[in-house]
Amino acid sequence: MNSHDFSYLANVLHRRTGIILAEKKTHMIETRLMPVVRRFGFRDIASLLKELHYGHEALVQAVIESMTTNDSAFFRDRKTFEEFRDIVLPVLKLARSETKQLRIWCAACAAGQEPYSIAMVLDDAKLIDAGWTITLIATDINSQMVARAQDGIYSQFEVQRGLPIRRLVSNFQQEGTSWRISDHLRRMVSFRTFNLLDSYGWLPDCDVVFCRNALMYFDLKTRASVLDRIGEILAPDGALLVGPAESTDGYALGYVPADSAPGLFYKSKPAPVRRLSLVK
Amino acid sequence: MKTCLVVDDSRVIRKVACRILNELSFETEEAENGADALVACQRRMPDVILLDWQMPQMTGIDFLKSLRRDSKGNHPVVLFCITENDPAHISEALGAGADEFILKPFDRGLIAAKLAEVGLV
Ligand SMILES: C[S@@+](CC[C@H](N)C(=O)[O-])C[C@H]1O[C@@H](n2cnc3c(N)ncnc32)[C@H](O)[C@@H]1O
Repeated sequence: MNSHDFSYLANVLHRRTGIILAEKKTHMIETRLMPVVRRFGFRDIASLLKELHYGHEALVQAVIESMTTNDSAFFRDRKTFEEFRDIVLPVLKLARSETKQLRIWCAACAAGQEPYSIAMVLDDAKLIDAGWTITLIATDINSQMVARAQDGIYSQFEVQRGLPIRRLVSNFQQEGTSWRISDHLRRMVSFRTFNLLDSYGWLPDCDVVFCRNALMYFDLKTRASVLDRIGEILAPDGALLVGPAESTDGYALGYVPADSAPGLFYKSKPAPVRRLSLVK
Repeated sequence: MKTCLVVDDSRVIRKVACRILNELSFETEEAENGADALVACQRRMPDVILLDWQMPQMTGIDFLKSLRRDSKGNHPVVLFCITENDPAHISEALGAGADEFILKPFDRGLIAAKLAEVGLV
């Protein structure tokens, strides 16, 4: 791929998703584009990129999806889930004891491991039995990932990491060499394809937002604007959970970090001075 | 240094497992069947046992049953290595006192992840 093609692709991707492509990753980019080349019947990457100029939506979407990194795991960064279970949930259970309503958004759900991990924690807490209404929305820009998440079928390799065996046997059914998430957990989650750069108008006000390991692919300005907009739909006492690598200062601008709980933030008034100095 | 007993009838698998465990700063010992493993445990109880299912002489499950009968509580941690995730096998092994499972073939990442899950690294 020549540098002209690279810049064009990087530009399309950044404009549509906020994701920054590094030129030194050309080899990886080409490997990821090849399935799209074949699927759409192009001769090579160059002719695909030429066609991309015409902006056919299906092609643009396929190229964007091929550029996303979708790795995930059940209970990835286990500490985050402990914080959710031990710090966030107990407080919200008290604060929402009147309405008994909880709304959670998992904003970059990949193949569903994260929302199903959240569902398992909620299931353990027996909230639904106690009459709570739980809305658990899971979204990702990658429609193929969302479809996989909806199916809820995982390989042996995927269930091996992060899932204790007792959870595996109690929350999944084996189907040949794969494992399918239990129906009652699957029904707890509503999936939808959604780009974090699009309008959040359809989302309800949320009590908890998980936005983990996605912001780190974005440029600083996009991170700040996504976090701003998450702040707009987050309840005043709501919590935001980001990845541990994302919990350093400068990421969760305008949020207050929870004491000694890496990756957990509470909503607060944005601090404009600090924010401006950090955004390029 | 934490110690790990690797129980497997395949010499190659024992070597591979020991190398990975050494890299993870475990001191290792080997046994090629359940009976030898029991002897090794009497000599010195390890912190964790990586246990194969199918072995001549004494199978993994029989070894586990007598280990748990003889030793107190849940010590040592037992990671069962299996080639297929048969729920019936799994519940039998859980009943006998297994802590976690590792599906073969394993690699360093998987062993490290499972050891982390049981709180050993
Ligand atoms: C590395 S995965 C992280 C998955 C999961 N949150 C976790 O922590 O394991 C990053 C996900 O972010 C998604 N993503 C990237 N850019 C996005 C955007 N602009 N809008 C929505 N999702 C996006 C990707 O499709 C990918 O599935």
